Amino acid sequence: MAKYSVVGKRIPRIDALSKVTGTAIYSGDVTLPDMLYGKVCRSPHAHAIIRRLDVTKARSLEGVMAVITASDVPGYKNRSPLLLVEMPHLAQEKVVYAAQPVAVVAATSIEIAEKAVGLIEVEYEELPPVLDVLESMKPETPPIYPDLYTNFIARPPTDKDSKPSNIAYHISVNRGDLEAGFREADLIIENTFRTQPIHHGYLEPFAAVAKADVNGKVTIWTQTQGVFTARQMIAEFLGLPPTQVKLVPVEIGGAFGGKSYLPLAPLCALLAMKTGRPVRMEMSRDEVLRDGRPAPGSVTTIKIGVTKKGYITAASATFIYDAGGFPEMSHTMFVRGNTFSQYKIPNIKIEAFDVLTNTVPVTYYRAPSTPQSHFAIESQMDLISRALGMDPLQFRIQNSTAEGDTTPSGEILPKVGFKETLERMAEYLRQKGSLQGENRGRGVACGFWHGAAGSFGAYVNVNIDGTVTLVIGVTDVSGSRTSIAQIVAEEFGIPMEAVSIVVGDTDTAPWSSPSVGSQTIYSLSHAVYRACQDAKDQLRRLASPRLGVPASEIEFANGQAIFKGDTQKSIPLAALGRSSLGFRGEGPIVGRGSIAGLPPAPSVAVHAVDVEVDKETGKVKVLSYAVAQDVGLAINPMSIEGQIQGAVTQGIGWALMEGYVFDRGKVQNTTFLDYRMPTATDVPMIDTMLVEVGSTTGIYGLRHVGEPPMVGTLAAVANAIHSATGVRLKTLPMTPEAILKGIKKQGKS
Amino acid sequence: MTSTRSIGKFEYKKPGSLRTTLRILSNKGADARILAGGTDLIPQIKQGQISPSLVLDVKNVPELNRLDWNEDRGLRIGAAVPLSKLLTFVAISERYSILAQACSVIGSMQIRNRGTIGGNICNAAPSADSAPALLCLGARAIVASKNGNRKINLDDFFMAPGKTSIGADELLVEIEVPTPPAHSAGCYMRHTTREEMDIAVAGVASFLTIAPRSKKLKEVRIALGAVAPTPLRVHGAEALLIGKSVTERIIEEVAEEAAEEAKPISDIRASAEYRRELVKVLTRRTLWKSCEMLGIEIQR
Ligand SMILES: Cc1cc2nc3c(=O)[nH]c(=O)nc-3n(C[C@H](O)[C@H](O)[C@H](O)COP(=O)(O)OP(=O)(O)OC[C@H]3O[C@@H](n4cnc5c(N)ncnc54)[C@H](O)[C@@H]3O)c2cc1C
Repeated sequence: MAKYSVVGKRIPRIDALSKVTGTAIYSGDVTLPDMLYGKVCRSPHAHAIIRRLDVTKARSLEGVMAVITASDVPGYKNRSPLLLVEMPHLAQEKVVYAAQPVAVVAATSIEIAEKAVGLIEVEYEELPPVLDVLESMKPETPPIYPDLYTNFIARPPTDKDSKPSNIAYHISVNRGDLEAGFREADLIIENTFRTQPIHHGYLEPFAAVAKADVNGKVTIWTQTQGVFTARQMIAEFLGLPPTQVKLVPVEIGGAFGGKSYLPLAPLCALLAMKTGRPVRMEMSRDEVLRDGRPAPGSVTTIKIGVTKKGYITAASATFIYDAGGFPEMSHTMFVRGNTFSQYKIPNIKIEAFDVLTNTVPVTYYRAPSTPQSHFAIESQMDLISRALGMDPLQFRIQNSTAEGDTTPSGEILPKVGFKETLERMAEYLRQKGSLQGENRGRGVACGFWHGAAGSFGAYVNVNIDGTVTLVIGVTDVSGSRTSIAQIVAEEFGIPMEAVSIVVGDTDTAPWSSPSVGSQTIYSLSHAVYRACQDAKDQLRRLASPRLGVPASEIEFANGQAIFKGDTQKSIPLAALGRSSLGFRGEGPIVGRGSIAGLPPAPSVAVHAVDVEVDKETGKVKVLSYAVAQDVGLAINPMSIEGQIQGAVTQGIGWALMEGYVFDRGKVQNTTFLDYRMPTATDVPMIDTMLVEVGSTTGIYGLRHVGEPPMVGTLAAVANAIHSATGVRLKTLPMTPEAILKGIKKQGKS
Repeated sequence: MTSTRSIGKFEYKKPGSLRTTLRILSNKGADARILAGGTDLIPQIKQGQISPSLVLDVKNVPELNRLDWNEDRGLRIGAAVPLSKLLTFVAISERYSILAQACSVIGSMQIRNRGTIGGNICNAAPSADSAPALLCLGARAIVASKNGNRKINLDDFFMAPGKTSIGADELLVEIEVPTPPAHSAGCYMRHTTREEMDIAVAGVASFLTIAPRSKKLKEVRIALGAVAPTPLRVHGAEALLIGKSVTERIIEEVAEEAAEEAKPISDIRASAEYRRELVKVLTRRTLWKSCEMLGIEIQR
């Protein structure tokens, strides 16, 4: 592997200082003169018809400047609101989940806005809510939407026999001959696993500030994982051309997939347009937990057949995801690419469903659909290795796929490091030795993530002092600016301090896909790399006559353009930058680069966790945790270790204590006391092993990094609890109470 | 379900003397709320559970900031003394380890820097962590009003969730904790799902005094938290042990009896059944631990 001078170094995040000192600007910090305050009126019912909605009293309250309802939304005029994704859904004839927005007020103070919300009169006729996915799927269950057909959202299918359904999406995958595969098996195990809806747990609640200028252009400050996609969606909501909306990036206090959703910004913008004054809206934690979209709960039934020697002959699985009240954020679409891909399975059948219920609509969360599916798959793999008496890692290693194998979705795997990563963990555990002590157990699991790739652009300016400025349009949710700056520094042969990064607004920055799917560094690095090469070519052309050497013989190091043949022949970038601007210069050095359509570079993360279970209370103590992950090439090892440790911590919470508690569809635990996430005292130091099997498609060989480490945690913890107690839990969260129940039941039988 | 609204307008006063504080309370007690560390009060105001028109900050009242100990009078803790200050007071770690232990699990470092033991008991949450330990130690609340002082045994202090026997015109000035007798020891254990920043699903404090020669139990106190409308002592369970030598069997019986006397509810944190089970487990564990501290060998 080539030697790099900045890439591969453990460099602290460039945004860290501003964040820990409180000077970074978040959405909630933005204030404008004459600003109004907006507040949402929400449905108290999970399912109800709106018989009457009267805002006259609210409107006539002194200080109220506007009240809007669904009939004021231009985007609803010609199209179904079901097509406006990641937006708040202002209720029209009916509400389909508790806390759904019904009206929005703008007033001169937040107190007046709250009072006005109280004056809005809504008469509801309650309908029985559908709360369970299995119930909701039954043909006899009344559909929540009379015009929603499976896989045909908001447009009726051509097939006349189709009936409306609560199944929003359905996919199936068939490969090989399933029956024959199960006939070949010596052992077949089938189980059903359940997971609960889960919150991302970002610290920063949603906030937005919007203003409309005299020409009708709307400017919005809000946290979002993608300013350009947000612009598109908000423009559709407002009935404006996209470029009449400008999104200004701000720092984001945690996102994890939860901040592509824009619960406030479009409402804020509409209020600003109506009133001609800037408007700010902010959610309380209570609102975030009631109407900040969670990751879906799931029900998975899975059947796997193996030979005595531990080779998988067939697998079938049905994945059902609870979509909540709106069908827009399909999870089944991820199932095809992310299920059973790390194992060689000749015969496969997969069914996946997104099913509507009258609960809060869901969105994506760190490797969407995949922690849920892998809770089932990797628990099942563990049960099989126990039944066979095989080492769980060996069982996985002998079934693992490699370059050239075909995944269930029909994709041929590129160069991957599945086996290497599993073997790295096996070696780690060999060195660590077996776990000693009573009521203790070890669990392993392997998580796969296929990864996504997007379209990104980048500009670089070589400045007159020899520094380089990079302009991009992607907001930083994971330390991406730091890693990208390392690439720029590497390419120009300059120190980190000589690189500055501007995340531009949607009027000035080049287009960027959102920061999702672990695609940001993976795809953006290509655009940035190309922009760097473009600028370097310009620098070479400038330097060539001055050094008297061919342009192709010039490289960059120590802030200089240097002749490869004789390092004495060099010229500082600053000199080139300055001279380009002179009367006889060639003009500013501006590099540009773009990328789209990159094939993803799949990755696995292998987990091993040791736990101790208090057999009398059921409480789990996580003793130690280790993850080996194929990262391709670590641009910034410290940053990746942080990603792994953060993902595992989120996974431990998901496995052991987090979860929405509903009562008739209404979220009951709307504080961080009872929506219980782990603190530092609940997790051990998480050991990381970065395996570097370079991808063929990533710059320097890098792969997707942020999501893979989330995927295996749930099953790893469940498998460890099984080892410690003999109890197999198939439903999350595995609370002390649930574990104790399992222990007692086992004692009886 | 809670709902966070903007806080309504209220008057804020921070008197520097007990007299002024009591005068204000005698006039406006019914509409006022006393503020110590505010770690219970402010969230309650924010969540709209209460909306006082006057918030009376007592942190500047000298009598409420006292912290002293002597053999005869025992420990006196001013109601506004922060928990973290309490925890560094030598007499407490030396002689009242059960109380130190209970206070050390409250919230987190930040919460203990603000929160007070007075606020903990006046808030009267069934799960208040200091309460079972204080009940075991026979603590008394010294309460003042314009008309004078009175002492309330902690056994008579808690009335209902969020309700104490302090009147609207009264103020908790200090908590008096007698010096534990010789040959006594005890401990507090609680169960939470999360290690820190969580509320007890169940908590048990046990406190034993033995006759030094016979090693029989002279005095026994067992108090529970989070498993009834108020923190409570389980007198039936205590009685099973008094005058006895400790055996494994008795401990088991006592634990069962304590679980029997608990009156837990099911809520989003746990079921009543699980809470009862926890009472049994924690009672057993606190008794074993207390015996160990006293050097008693438990007969199997
Ligand atoms: C994040 C967090 C974690 C927590 N964890 C725990 C925990 O683990 N265990 C636990 O038991 N508690 C916990 N609490 C609750 C709280 O911190 C404690 O109860 C604390 O001891 C309260 O003290 P304070 O001084 O802050 O009370 P305040 O909020 O100031 O007052 C509490 C109540 O007592 C009244 N009051 C206060 N002083 C007096 C007085 N002198 N006379 C009469 N009335 C008075 C107030 O009017 C109010 O009703 C937690 C709270 C938070 C926010």
